[in-house]
Amino acid sequence: MPKQIILAAHFPGVNNTTVWSDPEAGSQIDFASFKHLARTAERGKFDFFFLAEGLRLREQRGLIHDLDVVGRPDTLTVLAGLAAVTTHLGLAGTLNATFHEPYELARQLATLDHLSGGRAAWNVVTSSGPFFGENFRKGGFLDYADRYTRAGEFIDTARELWDSWEPLAPDRDAGFFADTGTFRHAGPQFDIGGRFGVPKSPQGHPVILQAGDSDGGRELAAAKADAIFSRHHQLEDGREFYRDVKARLSRYGREPDSLKIIPGVSFVLGDTLADAQEKAHHIRRQQVSPQTAILLLEQVWNTDLSAYDAEGPLPEIDPQVDAESIIQGRAAQHADRLATAAEWRGIAEQKSLSIRELIIEVTGRQSFIGTPATVAAELDEYVQTDACDGFILVPHLTPGGLDDFVDGVVPLLQERGVFRTEYESTTLRGNLGLA
Amino acid sequence: MTSPLHLAVALDGLGWHPAAWRTSTHDAADVFRGDYWVRLVQEAEAGLLDLVTFEDTFGPPTDAPGELNGRLDAVLVASRVAPVTEHIGLVPVATTTLTEPFHLSTAIATLDYLSSGRAGWQARVSARPGEAALLGRPAASELSELFDEAADAVEVVRRLWDSWEDDAIIRDVATGRYIDRDRLHYIDFAGEFFTVKGPSIVPRSPQGQPVVAALAHAAVPYEFASRSADLVFVTPSDAQDAAEIVRRVPGPKVFADLVVFLDDHAPAAHERRGRLDALLTEPWQSDALIFAGTPEQLADLLLSWRDAGVDGFRLRPGALPYDLEAITRLLVPVLQDRGVFRTTQPTGSLRSRLGLPPAVNRYATPEGAPVA
Repeated sequence: MPKQIILAAHFPGVNNTTVWSDPEAGSQIDFASFKHLARTAERGKFDFFFLAEGLRLREQRGLIHDLDVVGRPDTLTVLAGLAAVTTHLGLAGTLNATFHEPYELARQLATLDHLSGGRAAWNVVTSSGPFFGENFRKGGFLDYADRYTRAGEFIDTARELWDSWEPLAPDRDAGFFADTGTFRHAGPQFDIGGRFGVPKSPQGHPVILQAGDSDGGRELAAAKADAIFSRHHQLEDGREFYRDVKARLSRYGREPDSLKIIPGVSFVLGDTLADAQEKAHHIRRQQVSPQTAILLLEQVWNTDLSAYDAEGPLPEIDPQVDAESIIQGRAAQHADRLATAAEWRGIAEQKSLSIRELIIEVTGRQSFIGTPATVAAELDEYVQTDACDGFILVPHLTPGGLDDFVDGVVPLLQERGVFRTEYESTTLRGNLGLA
Repeated sequence: MTSPLHLAVALDGLGWHPAAWRTSTHDAADVFRGDYWVRLVQEAEAGLLDLVTFEDTFGPPTDAPGELNGRLDAVLVASRVAPVTEHIGLVPVATTTLTEPFHLSTAIATLDYLSSGRAGWQARVSARPGEAALLGRPAASELSELFDEAADAVEVVRRLWDSWEDDAIIRDVATGRYIDRDRLHYIDFAGEFFTVKGPSIVPRSPQGQPVVAALAHAAVPYEFASRSADLVFVTPSDAQDAAEIVRRVPGPKVFADLVVFLDDHAPAAHERRGRLDALLTEPWQSDALIFAGTPEQLADLLLSWRDAGVDGFRLRPGALPYDLEAITRLLVPVLQDRGVFRTTQPTGSLRSRLGLPPAVNRYATPEGAPVA
């Protein structure tokens, strides 16, 4: 039997991948949008639904960023609501190990697991630096170097709490409910003790995802995670990442199958290849408005470029390398501004591109563009040749952005025998084939 | 005509009596399942009740091995129920002592979206021994300090709820702007216990300000409720006491709490209560008055307290689902016959159902005024 593909759906997020200006773009906040996307994913027998997290609105040049989608509902609350309107779909939330505490978060995740009958998952992330901390009690307390120490100990502590209950065996005649739940954890990040308030949930441990890509992030995933939300969506690049991470598992006594590698990818479907390419270009122009082009250029140049015309040539001035970063609250930062600027100038000159055309060319091209048949074949090749174990699909439209994939591509994957036609299990762990 | 009664039910476990789980028609494990809560709230909704509250504490409800000593997170239980109910208010307890006001604010605002304007929040302090150790923090020395912190937490939550103006999302294709950032506001709260910058990550919710509730028994919490809450639950011992308490909590709507064991025949109710008490080493006492009797007797009591000045009642079922069904199927018809309770589903938000005015945004710029 060929490898089975894992599929997940990412609710369109607060970056310029999400197109809000299209006539078909609906609400980013109403529950109906979340319900539509989650039910579409479940109709397509997807493994899980994925939500990112918001701790503070993004800023650029000291102002709240206003060109992309801004604002979103609370992650756990939405997932608990989705548990009411889905039956098999996994419910994955990104939750920050810096601005939550293990007791409370373990309790919330165990609650979500109970309320969904065993479908909860947690994407563990950390934040360092003062920006997000301004909304929380402890401020920006975590050093960059300590972020995986905290994440690792947080996961360990949560698992200790989840393990603190034996399966329930209440005896009403004897008047005995339970005498378990007592815990004590003493470590550098957390020194806590008492009694955990939630009985063992259907999965025991909700599924744990990890999204960091550095050496520390990969090692943390190999040691403790069930799946990695990776960024490697090129074939060769993906295979190298896959080999590297899976090779780390033996150090922890784990089998290669026990850690799933699932990159976040985008897609554009058309009736013909040419049609798909044309659609892809149209979407890229929607994603990169003239204002967004200038803004993305500013993120490399690290200075105010609002006087430049997006349809004109690149600035002749060099990026500001010594100044503090003008962007706050965004994960991706540019490491070598001068090198990136030189590279972009080269491309712009060679192809005679305006600022906007260049940004369209060099940022965020869709991962899979084609007909349902070519996209199904490509996805399958990625998985069968170990570039990954599946995909987290990131649609560009809310809420209908997954409809054509579920109607067009999923049946072809099922015909190939590489994707389920019915859910195997009622729990997410069961559907992912995890112990 | 006299004003109609408001009626709420407080949900907790398999009922408020600590032995209720031992005689329920449900298994104790059912309280950890979503469909158990959905059925309870749908029952309350069918009875046209104003709202249900979901009990919670930061730590376990109790450590006693003979009692139902585990509990799910109440905000998430309410969220699980919201999409499959239509009318009833959903008011989970969440604590202010050991939690982040920012997370509380976004969670309750989101519940307001999930329920299309039916969300509330019962704010509670964590004063029990051992709760601070669950986070590795030292326990607060004074109860008054916990309530000062709670008042700050409510202030932060309320400012965050207003930090987006209702029309902040503009989707202006011509200028490429999704929001008008002049209609978003930093809250810049700096107090003794925390500082919070804002704005919220959640756009202003359907009610703008979901209903903030609190349970209060004494001077310090009365003061907190007067200052911070829209709705206060109090525990009078009789009508005269109710009148006295109403005077002490000016401002919010006042609901009186009662534990109820309800049956068609009074002896049956007393007998049920007695059977449960017999399972304990001594009879159970509650912070609220415990009523056992018939719907007619309870209606008499409610009307006499209503005349003493309370706006409504929050009934705590002694046993679930039994006493909830007695409230919706026996008590409600009696109150309807007496002309003091609604006979059709009310429409609109929880705020409007409770007679609270629409929430004005503290940051909103007046129509037509230039945006600063």
